[in-house]
Amino acid sequence: MSNSANTAIAKPPFWRDAEKRAIFFQILALLSVGGISYYLFSNTQANLARQSIATGFSFLEREASFEIGESLISYSASDTYFRALLVGALNTLQVAFIGIILTTILGSVVGIARLSSNWLLSKVAAGFIELMQNIPILLQLFFWYAIFYESFPSPRQALNPMKGVFLCNRGLIFAVPESNPAYTAMGLAFIVVLIIGWFSNRWGHKRQELTGQPFPALRLTAAGAILIPLLIWVMYGSPTAMSIPELRGFNFSGGITVSPEFASLLLGLVLYTSAFVAEVVRAGIQSIGRGQIEAAMAIGLKPGQVLQLVIFPQALRVIIPPLTSQMLNLTKNSSLAVAIGYADFVAVANTTINQTGQAIEGVAMIMVVYLFFSLSTSLFMNWYNKRMALVER
Amino acid sequence: MKFTKTLVLVLSLSLMLVSFAYAGKDLDAVKSKGFIQAGVNGSVFGFGMPDAKGVWKGLDVDTARAIAAAIFGDASKVKFTPLTAQQRFTALQSGEIDVLTRNATRTLSRETQLGLNFVAVNYYDGQGFLISKKLGVKSAKELDGATVCVLPGTTTEQNAADYFRTNKMAWKPVVIENTSELAKTFFAGRCDVLTSDASQLAGTRAIAPNPKEYAILPEIISKEPLAPAVRHGDDQFRDIVDFSVLAMINAEELGITSKNVDEMLKSKNPAIQRFLGVSAGNGKALGLDEKWAYNIIKQVGNYGEVFERNVGVNTKLGLERGLNALWTNGGLMYSPPFK
Repeated sequence: MSNSANTAIAKPPFWRDAEKRAIFFQILALLSVGGISYYLFSNTQANLARQSIATGFSFLEREASFEIGESLISYSASDTYFRALLVGALNTLQVAFIGIILTTILGSVVGIARLSSNWLLSKVAAGFIELMQNIPILLQLFFWYAIFYESFPSPRQALNPMKGVFLCNRGLIFAVPESNPAYTAMGLAFIVVLIIGWFSNRWGHKRQELTGQPFPALRLTAAGAILIPLLIWVMYGSPTAMSIPELRGFNFSGGITVSPEFASLLLGLVLYTSAFVAEVVRAGIQSIGRGQIEAAMAIGLKPGQVLQLVIFPQALRVIIPPLTSQMLNLTKNSSLAVAIGYADFVAVANTTINQTGQAIEGVAMIMVVYLFFSLSTSLFMNWYNKRMALVER
Repeated sequence: MKFTKTLVLVLSLSLMLVSFAYAGKDLDAVKSKGFIQAGVNGSVFGFGMPDAKGVWKGLDVDTARAIAAAIFGDASKVKFTPLTAQQRFTALQSGEIDVLTRNATRTLSRETQLGLNFVAVNYYDGQGFLISKKLGVKSAKELDGATVCVLPGTTTEQNAADYFRTNKMAWKPVVIENTSELAKTFFAGRCDVLTSDASQLAGTRAIAPNPKEYAILPEIISKEPLAPAVRHGDDQFRDIVDFSVLAMINAEELGITSKNVDEMLKSKNPAIQRFLGVSAGNGKALGLDEKWAYNIIKQVGNYGEVFERNVGVNTKLGLERGLNALWTNGGLMYSPPFK
């Protein structure tokens, strides 16, 4: 009796088994997604072949034969499309990287100023935020770019506020030290000092926890970072040769040029995004209970210390996630560079698409590059967020 | 369950239909739509730009009207899509437009890799340099170190790179996609020179705040045969577009204008009789009404009329016929026989 009952419940048919049914439906879903993707892919392939449009990535090795306005690496029209696209990607990276740093600094300053007890300061900050947030970024870019080319003189009448610095509608041109092995050594020394400083700071903290004796790691590192490169510079015979910009023909040669396109893109992106960052910072600070601030003041901490020791460590947990999304916004908005002629990745990819006619490959590359930039920013910020998260003991 | 089955069937059938409709002939698609969708420039004066009243004007615009006149017997059955240099070929490839009449240069790679068919040239152009007279430059060879305003994704961009490379001169491009934005930047002095096809430079100079301050340098650094283009895949449609352009040239050769075309119907010249469809044959061969060429000339005009109306010496552009004169007058405009 009990035996037969056992067999009756032991094996239900598989379509009554929720687990197997779930697997079945998942396979079905997977197959249909795969089928649709295959259909779209093969349809595209067939249509491209029918219209005899070239496909594949072999064009990357062909000569680009177009010039790019500014580049971090050496580039000429005889280089390949791959190198041209690399130049574009580096230009995007350059504006995004510098932009993110400046935005974070400016945004934090404005955000804190917004909460200042000084009426004027807080109203100015509020005005800045409202103005920048509510004007479309593209309009701001056109505005800054127009300011650059409309209001500055031509190179022959360039403004010369101090020796070696020129300001004209071709950009800001300033003198830089001529390349010398001393500078490489100084740069290396600077980095080494910073690394040593970081480790000694950690060691100092541990010792303070154990013995109560503080170790002035920050001050020592700052002193070292200035003095040691200076020492190396003297050891190399203190080179002072400068590459000074000179008006030759149409333009300045020598020195370093910050183009109006780069400057207006950077300015536009930083001002626009920092308004959002300021609000994020303000929200983070206001999320800290009033009681904590009063308690911190009651035990005699100065306002700066309150900010540094009590507010920021807690506010950062609230600030970091939305800050990350603002950084991603800045990176993505940098593609508006096309409108004002900065040679970012989208601009170079567009030209490539137009010359080779391979729009699908080109757009795919644009997507991959932005995805890569965004994901790496996210990864870094998530790591930082975890580090900053409140550790429950 | 039955419902799901029907749904799946309907969905897959409609997907198939989509792909079949796409594979259909361009000419059939145009005929069933009842108008031609033409891609034009939108901001180059004399070639493709709406006037103050919003009426499209220009050499390329009239070419598109001629095609509409040939197919529908009505030059107004055309709609215009303004396109940037970068959008134009994708718009044609994807079927967003039926024909591209937007000062596009015929090149080998465009014909092959882009899957396009260019037809008869409707304007022979060449690339030049526009410069402010203040700089005192007399020749393009003196442009070493110059900053050059240029449109992206055009043959112009490559030609400029080639020219500076061959002459071992340094230069810096400022690449802005929008034609009018680029012109504004140039007039403000961001660049020393603006480079483009000579016809476009004349158009840009015409809209400058003070046209007299700008000069076009004597060097023409490239060959730019500007021609309408269609997609690969429909030879009949290609032929119609091709011969619509050629019909305007042929009419000028035969001395037929929009004014005298009705009298010409009575002409005893067999070439004119064939051309205007008095003696049948050409229309049937193209799959069109026998009056197709008559309609083009009557409604749009011959090539000479279209040229003088849009870009000729009496317009703001003030361009000479030059290379675009008939072969009998020392130009390159030449039509194969219409028989």
